[in-house]
Amino acid sequence: MKRRVVITGLGAVTPLGVGASTLHERWASGVCGIADGAGKCDQFEPGDHLSVKEARRLDRFAQLTLASAAEALTGAGWDDELPYDPMRIGCVIATGIGGQATIEAQLDVMREKGPRMVSPLGIPMYMPNAAAAAVSMKYGLRGQAYGVVSACSSGAHAIGSAMRMIQYGDADAAVAGGSEAALTPFAFACFESMQALSPTGVSRPFDARRDGFVMGEGAGALVLEEAEAAKSRGATVFAEVAGYGSTSDAYHLTAPEPSGGPASGAIELALADAGITPDDVAYVNAHGTSTPLNDAAETAALKRALGDARARQIPVSSTKSAIGHLLGAAGAVEAIATIETLRTRVIPPTLGYEVPDPDCDLDYVPGEARPLLASNGAAPVALSNSFAFGGHNVTLVLRGAA
Amino acid sequence: MPAVTTEQVQERVIETLASFGPEADQITRDATFEQLDIDSLDLVELAQIVEDEYGVVLKGEDMKELKTVGDAIDLIVGKAEA
Repeated sequence: MKRRVVITGLGAVTPLGVGASTLHERWASGVCGIADGAGKCDQFEPGDHLSVKEARRLDRFAQLTLASAAEALTGAGWDDELPYDPMRIGCVIATGIGGQATIEAQLDVMREKGPRMVSPLGIPMYMPNAAAAAVSMKYGLRGQAYGVVSACSSGAHAIGSAMRMIQYGDADAAVAGGSEAALTPFAFACFESMQALSPTGVSRPFDARRDGFVMGEGAGALVLEEAEAAKSRGATVFAEVAGYGSTSDAYHLTAPEPSGGPASGAIELALADAGITPDDVAYVNAHGTSTPLNDAAETAALKRALGDARARQIPVSSTKSAIGHLLGAAGAVEAIATIETLRTRVIPPTLGYEVPDPDCDLDYVPGEARPLLASNGAAPVALSNSFAFGGHNVTLVLRGAA
Repeated sequence: MPAVTTEQVQERVIETLASFGPEADQITRDATFEQLDIDSLDLVELAQIVEDEYGVVLKGEDMKELKTVGDAIDLIVGKAEA
């Protein structure tokens, strides 16, 4: 029998503030964290979470990670003492890009003062595994620790990888998450050049007027534990990571495969992994980027995987309507929003959704939050989708506590 | 090169080290880098700041011998006078 994996700690820093429950509460009450075309973590003060030395040696993406990890580990009751052999605790922290601001700053140094003046902290700050290394070092986690990189699916891949690590028996627990801090002029220029960003600066997934995504920054962290071990130590369980499926489009560098076939494959694999059927799914936290292509392809994928009729019955909402697209952090932060939805039984709406698009014909939870109803009276189950440039598709199946 | 005094170098070194993390009052001439939790990456940054400011090039082998804050100050002043 497969080992089961539960989530015992959550942490998030997002454009809606610091805190996992803050993210869900504010989103559910209709607050949007986007301003001036970006989702910035305005309420994150590095000095509140990090020593001078930590702040100086970590790019913002790793700083955000440490703040989210502190919340998650404290919530899991891990802050005083690790409840497992440190060699049996893994750490998988994703990012899409890594230390973007550090790269840009050190390039400026090189151009202005020459290569001899480039900081020795440049590489250790911008390497994409810097956040995983920071968490491992801060808490003494000595099992497998690494970064995961798959653009906008990175955060979901991190959770799936950590889940498998525990299921396989390589670890008894793991910290998983994702982080991104790429709100730099260069990153904006690059995304603008490919016409991926919303020129109006509005994130309204699935709406007929959607015109691109809004870039955001932030981080999410989750504490995963083998279910029996968590139970025997009396841990509070927020949810179970019940299923994980991942496929690739092998189609185009940036555009999703329009039929949604490979993406639906990820959803089907995740459902099979969890041993459930579409009838068991009570909510879908969509990737929902607000780009014309993604939202139509995701809708097609959901209909393929869940069946046309069932797909229309399930409420689908996008966290990106409230915080923008957190790129490599999105999968982790949105899994956290999904778990909070399962825990509170409150489905937040797709903010700004008003004008239906014939290609997007599901129930996107317009207007305001609504109660989450488990379809069969048991613990509710939700899907969290992540899709990425490069054609990477990931679906997580999350089951709430009964 | 304009003459630099030991006091000037000391002030600049302490200010720089303080920006790396340790409390300013702990940074005395006798304090070791180990005590201050200043590692080799920090010392390379210190060397870059010194080079930028005083035109003194500190090589890797020079830095390896440094144990205390005073060692660093004396090395920089010595090189600046040379």
